[in-house]
Amino acid sequence: MNSAIRFILNGEDVTLGGFAPTETLLDYLRLKRRLTGTKEGCAEGDCGACTVLVGRLSETGLRYESVNACIRLMGSLHGTHIVTIEHLAAEDGKLHPVQQAMVDCHGSQCGFCTPGFVMSLYGLWLSNSEPSRQDIEITLQGNLCRCTGYEPILKAAEQVARERPSALFDPIERDRTEIMAKLWSIRSEADTVIVEKDGDRSIVPASLEDLAEILAAEPKATIVAGATDVGLWVTKQMRRLDPVVFINHLSELQSISIEPDGITIGAGVSYAEAQGFLEATIPALGQLIDRIGGQQVRNMGTIGGNIANGSPIGDSPPPLIALGTQLTLRSHSGRRVMPLEHYFIAYGKQDRLPGEFVEKIFVPHPTEDSHFSVYKISKRRDEDISALCGAFYLMLDGEGHVETIRIAFGGMAATPKRATHVEAALTGQPWSWGVIAAVRDLFDEDFQPLTDWRATAEYRSLTAKNLLTRFFLETAGAPTELRRFELEEA
Amino acid sequence: MDKSTFETKPVINGPMHVSLKHDSAHKHVTGSAEYIDDIPEPIGTLHGGLGLADRAHAEILSVDLEAVKAAPGVVWVITAADIPGENDVAATGQHDEPLLATDLVQFHGQLIFAVIAETRDQARRAAKLAKIEYRDLPHFTDVDSARENGAKLVCEPMTLLRGEPETEIEKPPLRIQASMKIGGQEHFYLESHIALAIPGEDDDVTVWSSTQHPSEVQHMVAHVLGTASHAVEVKTRRMGGGFGGKETQGNQFAALAAVAAKKLKRAVKFRPDRDEDMSITGKRHDFRVDYDVAFDEEGRIHALDAVYAARCGYSADLSGPVTDRALFHADSSYFYPHVKLKSEPLKTHTVSNTAFRGFGGPQGMLGAERIIEDIAYAVGKDPLEIRKLNFYGQPGSGRTTTPYHQEVEDNVIARVVEELEASSDYQARRQAILDFNENSPVIRKGIALTPVKFGISFTMTAYNQAGALVHVYNDGSIHLNHGGTEMGQGLYTKVAQVVAEAFQVDIDRVKITATTTGKVPNTSATAASSGSDLNGMAAYDACRQIKERLVDFACRQWKVDKSEVEFLPNRLRIGSEIVPFDTFVRAAYYDRVQLSAAGFYKTPKIHWDRKAGRGHPFYYFAYGASVSEVSIDTLTGEYLVDRTDILHDVGKSLNPIIDIGQVEGAFVQGMGWLTTEELWWDAKGRLRTHAPSTYKIPLASDRPKIFNVKLAEWSENAEPTIGRSKAVGEPPFMLAFSVLEAISMAVASIADYSVCPRLDAPATPERVLMAVERLKNMS
Repeated sequence: MNSAIRFILNGEDVTLGGFAPTETLLDYLRLKRRLTGTKEGCAEGDCGACTVLVGRLSETGLRYESVNACIRLMGSLHGTHIVTIEHLAAEDGKLHPVQQAMVDCHGSQCGFCTPGFVMSLYGLWLSNSEPSRQDIEITLQGNLCRCTGYEPILKAAEQVARERPSALFDPIERDRTEIMAKLWSIRSEADTVIVEKDGDRSIVPASLEDLAEILAAEPKATIVAGATDVGLWVTKQMRRLDPVVFINHLSELQSISIEPDGITIGAGVSYAEAQGFLEATIPALGQLIDRIGGQQVRNMGTIGGNIANGSPIGDSPPPLIALGTQLTLRSHSGRRVMPLEHYFIAYGKQDRLPGEFVEKIFVPHPTEDSHFSVYKISKRRDEDISALCGAFYLMLDGEGHVETIRIAFGGMAATPKRATHVEAALTGQPWSWGVIAAVRDLFDEDFQPLTDWRATAEYRSLTAKNLLTRFFLETAGAPTELRRFELEEA
Repeated sequence: MDKSTFETKPVINGPMHVSLKHDSAHKHVTGSAEYIDDIPEPIGTLHGGLGLADRAHAEILSVDLEAVKAAPGVVWVITAADIPGENDVAATGQHDEPLLATDLVQFHGQLIFAVIAETRDQARRAAKLAKIEYRDLPHFTDVDSARENGAKLVCEPMTLLRGEPETEIEKPPLRIQASMKIGGQEHFYLESHIALAIPGEDDDVTVWSSTQHPSEVQHMVAHVLGTASHAVEVKTRRMGGGFGGKETQGNQFAALAAVAAKKLKRAVKFRPDRDEDMSITGKRHDFRVDYDVAFDEEGRIHALDAVYAARCGYSADLSGPVTDRALFHADSSYFYPHVKLKSEPLKTHTVSNTAFRGFGGPQGMLGAERIIEDIAYAVGKDPLEIRKLNFYGQPGSGRTTTPYHQEVEDNVIARVVEELEASSDYQARRQAILDFNENSPVIRKGIALTPVKFGISFTMTAYNQAGALVHVYNDGSIHLNHGGTEMGQGLYTKVAQVVAEAFQVDIDRVKITATTTGKVPNTSATAASSGSDLNGMAAYDACRQIKERLVDFACRQWKVDKSEVEFLPNRLRIGSEIVPFDTFVRAAYYDRVQLSAAGFYKTPKIHWDRKAGRGHPFYYFAYGASVSEVSIDTLTGEYLVDRTDILHDVGKSLNPIIDIGQVEGAFVQGMGWLTTEELWWDAKGRLRTHAPSTYKIPLASDRPKIFNVKLAEWSENAEPTIGRSKAVGEPPFMLAFSVLEAISMAVASIADYSVCPRLDAPATPERVLMAVERLKNMS
């Protein structure tokens, strides 16, 4: 057993113990290392002023992802390479092309959000030399700027995309091989890490079996994958957590596989990693991913976590329920498999026993000729939490009658929930406007939504009904959705 | 003599009227620009935590702070009793804003105590441990409930009257009585409030404060400490955004930090968390505009009677001048032959609302645009036609007098609108949209062209003064300081350009230094778009004084006439001799020429008699116009802004690229105000949209997909402002009106444009859908 984590910070190898399980990367950078280029804007993963890159080993090699340092807990950084704004410019002070483009295009005004924007753009620059405007906008969904109106920042991203002055000027490209070797060497020490401060522990299990045993011994442990939810318990509620068990590094939880009858997604797969697979298999679900959080959140957050925390407004449960997803829970004594919708019992209550953790989900392939759509409605189109999110899965029989329909909503009840009355009224009926018009109001039987800051109950109810209308219109071939970019542009 | 200084360049680097990058751009992109939280902390720096009320309106029965005091790391707990001077931070002298509440809580989140601890984390945790007993009192959080319950006004209301509205309003054939609700707005500067106080000897204290108004922080800290202003120095190098939110709201954090620093003899920092910052600092005022307008069949306004009620919060703060400015802009660009406008600054049990870019002007103007829209739908015309019909005329037209009896003498709105209408292809696009809507059952489009006319000057005449301090060191380098603050708007860059231009030296010779009350005293807030007008002129005045001494010196030394001394780029021509600037300056030093000067400027021409409602409150007007095209989804109320074209008047721009940045940024911020930014209080009077997770400012993907922004290059300020430029901070904010009105047109298509949708702001998807439903039910 080890009592310290190991990582690389910019160009420095670090071994770090003695930190609290709630210590954030942002506080570590700013308070302990005086790397003050990374800013705190919101401490909840929404503004992006604290964006840094974290490099980690994945199946595709060394992968650098933008993350929110404010809600990234230190225990999740074992075996990673952290890159902050201070690492970009050359030692002689020459700006990195991404920085220079921001200067040339007048992309900063007050400058407080700027390091975060530079880091997000740097992440894009590393991975995409021909980004479309849409790609850039998607990359920047997690970065707020209140001064510029964004136009010059987009221009900077476009201007710099293809600029690669030489092989050695970029710190990540320059050191990639060396960094990879170091991270492999950290990973190869298959030891559990337990870091303790004032009795509170961060636990980094060595393997899935190790995790199961730890949870059996510590049934009250907080399991953290992306920390995009738990991070806020720390920064906003100042909760004390002990122990915190980190699972984001466990390769067994990060597998995603397409099988003949469906897709299996490990609980530790991030939204960003899942997106490509989902777009290839269930496009409507893949496209939804772009509407969840910002890029930094999608790089950290996992579909497993989105399910496990049982939120009534999580965006992945409604489509997954409508698709008939099965959930696998695991503990040291074995596995349980259940339909996803059964996992959600009541507000804040899920069917997860002490010592159990979400291991994977299985999403059956939609039947050929079926229709599947998911609609997220929020005050702001991107990086917002749903007012409501509705998913519709429809299979018609040869006569044009409804054979199977599954409708699931988030934001309409205390849990993600199916519209059973509407489904029952539609089943066996002709898929026609007359029938739709007649059953729309049955949503009122299924859901009695609340009024809050995201929407009133009236709006939620009316929109749920209208989404059924939309789904019907779409199955009839009528384009009804607003699109900022045409699909072919994507 | 260094030969490199013998450059014979035709022009200097960084004169006025050229696009120059922000002076801190390099530091911004490398993360090396220091904000207050980045300044190395003195050894032993302590940190503040805030004890907030969790009632909207209540008597405080008891406060038990034992657990707070016993918490780990806690050094001191401050209550009202510990304040050495006045327990008051009211910005405008009303004494209605206690720094720490004693007996009465008047909004959810009001400060009751503060904790000082070794770390910020300890201070935040300790602050949660207080046990406070309350006796609840009824609370009113919005305009309607305040009115219904006979709420007080936080300050004297204002009335503007011209002509005979009471009788004239009966005469025209058409009349509309309606109202519009306009939401408030959170500033959402990316850097939250912060103050770092470092104690000195005697009464002295130095405070680094993220403030737009260092002099006010200085006076307020002195007032709270019970000392004189000369003991307090307030410094600000840059803010991570301000937008008006740091005009008065930083006082409380600075005062608390200073009180603790003096008591404990250690540096003390207060940095509220984002949620605290949003809950306990003021915002843009929500308004309700009730209007009664009479007009003819063509759509020409004859008389208007309107009341502008505002949610001011629990204290006055700047609500007086904010609601005044709403009335000053209730005309937008339109001539009202007979008019009566009244403000109603209502007291509510919410945080005291404050300055925000536009300062009430946007709300007043939006009311005017709604009136125009209402008339247009009533007479069945494009609102743009109604706008043109009602524009102020040129001098001599008899249509140039504002409701406050100032003549509009520099009117260019017709030209701006005409050029934009042509360049944006407005008419053809409008027709295409009308055609599109006929055949599109779910998606509808709208387009609108809206004008901006904005009055420049503080309406409090005394604030229209500024100072600057310029030193020329004997190596020829220049130190620049002035009373303006840098919050991203590029003020420091612009004023440095003025100095470079004045001395004809490259701008990198000019060192821009942090604003401090120790160098330039009694400054005004960097607000009202006045930063470059006032400080640019003050700096120019300082340069002028030094230049005059230098010219005198040259005449003496070289025995030439004044006319033979010329400042050329980085050098002087004196008679037939060319002398490098730094050589010349050193020679002047040896001749004991004073190379430092304090500059001063006060805006000419302006005066205002609030009681009489008459005067000349504005030195000049800035103009602009925008066209926006949107698509809405009539099943959900969602929308997209497809295209915006802007033509904006900044006079002869001091720095076109910085001005375009202001225009674009202001537009997007205004668009946020009118679309997705919604403040929402629950039944307990708690603000529930207090963080970016719940309060949604525009993202990159919200800005108009096509965004064409131009400055009116032909424009020059009619008044002799610095370089004939015009102020740019606030006016373009109101260009965003076109978005709201385009959404409104898309909604109006539901009832075949026969009904004004009267969409309230912000037009969230919910409000849009509900307006669609309303019109569906009407048609």
